Order: sequence, then C-alpha cells, then structure tokens
Amino acid sequence: MNCRSEVLEVSVEGRQVDEAMLALLHTILLHRSTGKFLYKKEGTYSIGTVGTQDVDCDFIDFTLVRVSSDELDRVIRKAVAEFKDALGNSGSDGMGQISLEFYQKKKSRWPFSDECIPWEVWSIKVNVVNLANEQERQICREKVGEKLGEKVINIVEVINRHEYLPKMPTQSEVDNVFDTSLKDVQPYLYKITYQITDSLGTSVSTTMRRLIKDTLAL
Amino acid sequence: MDSDLSSQDRKDLDKFIKFFALKTVQIIVQARLGEKISTCSSSSPTGSDWFNLAIKDIPEVTHEAKKALAGQLPGIGRSMCVEISLKTSEGDSMELETWCLEMNEKCDKDIKVSYTVYNRLSLLLKSLLAITRVTPAYKLSRKQGHDYVILYRIYFGDVQLTGLGEGFQSVRVGVVGTPIGTITLSCAYRTNLALMSSRQFERTGPIMGIIIDHFVERPFTNMAHMHPCSYRTPGEDEGGTYAGIEDSQEVCTTSFSTSPPSQMVVPGKEGGVPQVPAQPNHGTAAEHGRIPSFPNGQSPLPAQPTSCSSEVKTVFCDALETTFTRKVGAFVNKATTQVTTTSLDLPFAAFAPRANDLEVNDPMVHPPPSPAPSSPLQGSLHSNSSSHSGGQPQDDFVMVDFKPAFSKDDLLPMDLGTFYREFQNPPQLASLSIDVSAQSMAEDLDSLPEKLAIYEKNIDEFDAFVDTLQ
Repeated sequence: MNCRSEVLEVSVEGRQVDEAMLALLHTILLHRSTGKFLYKKEGTYSIGTVGTQDVDCDFIDFTLVRVSSDELDRVIRKAVAEFKDALGNSGSDGMGQISLEFYQKKKSRWPFSDECIPWEVWSIKVNVVNLANEQERQICREKVGEKLGEKVINIVEVINRHEYLPKMPTQSEVDNVFDTSLKDVQPYLYKITYQITDSLGTSVSTTMRRLIKDTLAL
Repeated sequence: MDSDLSSQDRKDLDKFIKFFALKTVQIIVQARLGEKISTCSSSSPTGSDWFNLAIKDIPEVTHEAKKALAGQLPGIGRSMCVEISLKTSEGDSMELETWCLEMNEKCDKDIKVSYTVYNRLSLLLKSLLAITRVTPAYKLSRKQGHDYVILYRIYFGDVQLTGLGEGFQSVRVGVVGTPIGTITLSCAYRTNLALMSSRQFERTGPIMGIIIDHFVERPFTNMAHMHPCSYRTPGEDEGGTYAGIEDSQEVCTTSFSTSPPSQMVVPGKEGGVPQVPAQPNHGTAAEHGRIPSFPNGQSPLPAQPTSCSSEVKTVFCDALETTFTRKVGAFVNKATTQVTTTSLDLPFAAFAPRANDLEVNDPMVHPPPSPAPSSPLQGSLHSNSSSHSGGQPQDDFVMVDFKPAFSKDDLLPMDLGTFYREFQNPPQLASLSIDVSAQSMAEDLDSLPEKLAIYEKNIDEFDAFVDTLQ
C-alpha cells in the first residue's frame, strides 16, 4: 500500500509559528479523530461523540477549529513548542518542516518488533520571516490568516478524496490503528517529527527527533 | 436503480440525508452567529449525537430548515441552500454567501450505507466546520453588532447565485457517494464587498467622543437566529404538512459491527441502541433544555469551553428594557457588543458605565471649562513669581483637564495629572535664588574663624563619633 504524502508551505513571522502550526495540525487531526470506541458483545461497538472548539489566534487573523480534547491539545502544543525552540536555536534562516504521520502497527513475530506502516503523511514547511515594523506585522497578520484559510481548504480537499483509510479494527486490534490513550477522543495512530533546514537547504540530522508512540522502544 | 438497495438501507440512507441536511444548516448558521462555538466530547454516546459529532440544535433553525424542506429530501434537481446575507442598520442588504447541498446522478452502488456513507457524512460535517471559519463572511459575522447584522435564509430547489455579485468564488467542501447519487456540499461566496466598504467610509467620519444611543426596542439583535423569512420569502415547496419521514422516533446509529461485510446486519438498529431518548431534534434541546425561544433573544450558545451545558439566559426579557448600544468613534478596533446592565458575558461588566450617568460625567464629551486651575496647588504655583524659566505656564493654552489613563481620584487627594504637572514645575531652591555676590562671600569668610573655634572645642566629640564609625 502506498503512503500518500501531502506538503503544505507557509511563511510566517516568528510570533506566528505556534499558532500557524496548531491551526494546521488541529485541522488535520479533527478529520482524523473519532469518538472513543466502546466495544460490546457480538463484535459490535459504539462510537463516542466528538466535540469541537473554536480558538481565536492572537497573532493571526484566523480562527481554528479543533476537537474538544485538552489532552490532545497539550500533546500537540508540546510538539509545536519543541519545533519552535529548535527553529529558534538553530541559527539558520528559520526554515524547517514539521510532519504529522498517520501509521498502522503490524504485529511481527518475536524477536522482531512491530512494524509501523505509514498511510498518510502531512508535511508542513515553515519559513520564518523577520518584520521591521508594526505596519508590516499588521499586514502579515491578515495575509497569514488568508494563507491558512487556503491551506485548510487544501487539507479538506485531500481528505474528501476518501482515499485509503485503515479498516475498522476488532477490539484486539484497535491499538494497532488508533491511539486509545486519550480519554475523550480517539485519533488514528500518529507521530509528529520535525526537521530544521540549515541555510544551505540540507536537512540537519542532529536535530531530528521523534515523539514516539512506539517503534524503536521494543 | 433503487432495486439494488435493500429497503432497510434505503430507509437508513434517507434518514442519514435528512439529518445531514439539518446538521449542515445548524453548523452554517451557528458559524455566523458571531460567537465562538464550543461543544464537549463524550465517550458515551447518547443516541442523539448524529454522525458522532456534538452539534447543538438551535430549535428555530431546525424549524426553519424543516419548513423549507417540507418533508422532502435534497435530491437530484432539488438542492438545499442556505443563503447568508448582511443587513446594515440603514436597511441595505447584501448577499455574502450561499451554501449548497446538492445531489447528482452519479451513484456508488457498492458503498455500504450504514457504515461508509455514515462515516463519510461525518467527515464532511467536520470539513464544513473548518471551512465555515475560513470564508470571508466569518470575520464579518464576528464583528456584527450595531452597524450590521448577519441573516440567513434556507430554500429548496434551484441554486440562486446571482445575488453574489461579479467574480464570486466557489469552494467545494466535499462529496460523498451514495447508492442513489453523489452528495456535494459547496459554498459560493462574494468577493466584491464594494457596497459595504463605501458605506462604511461614509459612516466613520471623525466622530469625537463617544455617542451613546439608547434603543428602546432593538431592531436587530445578534444576528442570525432572527427569523430569516421576515425579509424574504422562500422559493417553492412550502407545503405545510411534513409528509414522508416521521421525526418522532429518530435515533441515530450508535452501534457498529466489526463483522465481515457479508454478515453485516447493523445490530445497532434493532436493539443495541440504548433506550430511545427524547427525539434528537428536541433531545439536545431538552438536555440544554432551557434555551429560550424568544424571537429576539440572545444567542443560546455561550462560548464556554469547559462546561457542556448552556447557561440559562433568562435575563433577556428584563434586558430588553435596559439595553443600550454604544457607537464607537473612528479608529476604534472592536465594535462593542450590546451592553446590558445585567449582562453576564461582558468582561469587566462592573466597570462599564451605568446607563444613567454616561454622558453627563464623561470628560470626553464635556471637557471642563478652561483655563480654571483644577486644584488649590495649581493656583499657588501660578502665583509663585519665581525666576523660573517656565514662567506663567499655560496662559496661552486652553486648559483641558487632563485625565491620564487608568488614573483614579479616590486614592490620592490629587489626581495623577495634577501631581505630574505640579512636580514638573518645582519651585526654586532657596539657596540658588540668593545672588552670588562678592559680599556674601566675604560674610562667609568672616564667619569662618568663629565656626572653626567651635569645632575645635568639640573636637573630642568628633573623634568619639569617628571611632564609633569604625
């Protein structure tokens, strides 16, 4: 099975990095999260309800919609904060990429560890610009807001192609497809990674990190 | 063509489409209310949350949608449209966008109704949630208030896009194939807001100060839950009775099966569903059951991310009498929402000026007479005829009682402005005002020996003092 890959690019000012990343990641996760599965007898299950929340951005003229799950929000914010720190510390031109990868686990026999097979990868390329004065910042607020709107439309377009999605799992297999660690929503298994590009445009492998659900641990 | 579809599947599909249409309307209208929307996730389904999404049902909106549908369903050649328009306080109106739920003939026979179609419709609703915050009308709707309001109209039949002006743009939210046709959800939105901008330009002339208007009756309140049909009549299909699908026992699918497709029976329908709750369209209303149904009431959806149940807003009846609207002068960013003396939503409501003492004491509207000094100290400064180069300050200027931001009178006997002014012009030091002349120097020199004699007498004291310091 081929993993489909989508790339989104944004140019933002330093203060806007957090919110821009949150906006795009949450939009994707909104579509890739379901309610909690409650398995019953006879192989049936019911699905919980997903609530949504509007969040106004402080530095961008934009309102993002995310699932109502504080736990999930915390995880995403933490990842974005690490990415932003790495961007700031890298001393590069401020170019980097954060990736949200959805994967399935495939159990292998001992002693081999489980395989993680990605089925969808979203890469968000960020270019941080520096602005000189308040007027430029004001224009940037609006422009970035419009750009994010276009990206949301792109995301929705891709998702509504209804291409491959993992099959709904049985109870024993649910952890191979979904992240069941949250108490109110259930996103597909995902991981967030990032790369910082140095000024030569090559990726710097020392800044590669993984927020992992498993893989190398076993 | 329909013979391939079992009757149960057909019934399910019709129900899904019906509730999809109703939820679509709810999402669109709620996104134009001008407030942030927030609902809670829940791990235990109640049977009234269609498509596994927490979307509240505003009763008036459901009523309008059902009235427009009149028992029919969106189908091929029968589109359901939600038109969003803007109406200024002067009565000009302009269509902003039209959301269309259409169906075409392209069928997907192999798709599983109760499972795949349902989940894809759920996904489409999520996309709609995201896209409704992205079109230009969203920002306009967030700023609505006294200058303009946002209204909605639902109609059924042919899509009408002529009111959107030239160069309107279109965005497709998504498609879902079903065995009876492909459902498409899209939005056409106006890009030419020329009418709006020229009007605004005329209105925001240089208005000094704050003008307070008291509205006894509010011609329009927070927007969109206002009756849409009051200014436009719907197109066709206005049959009164709701024939066809009964809505008294609607429960959404809450159970799914993980059995292989050939054995799929959707047990959820038969008995897996917990006890039938109150009808879903009233169900959510019963749960939050106190959403008032005043025709001019406030929006029933507070933006409270942490609590699921809406607050009771029964103060509206009383608030109608004491409501006033504040018009803000040019270059002020945010149009303030209507303020009531019993408003619970306005932050720092306690600091909002009371209705009856606004204009009278407002220094912006009534500057104090000039150039009277505002404090006794000010007067004394003026009379101080020192050789200070500042001289007689402010005789040529109109005296305006300067109230610095955030200053309060009750903490200090004088206010900050007076304090500042006063200490900007301090009186001369006494020693500096004495003329330095040779004569005084001579006097100093003469007195020196006497002083020295005294110090020598007390030399022991001085030594003892120095010792204590060491």
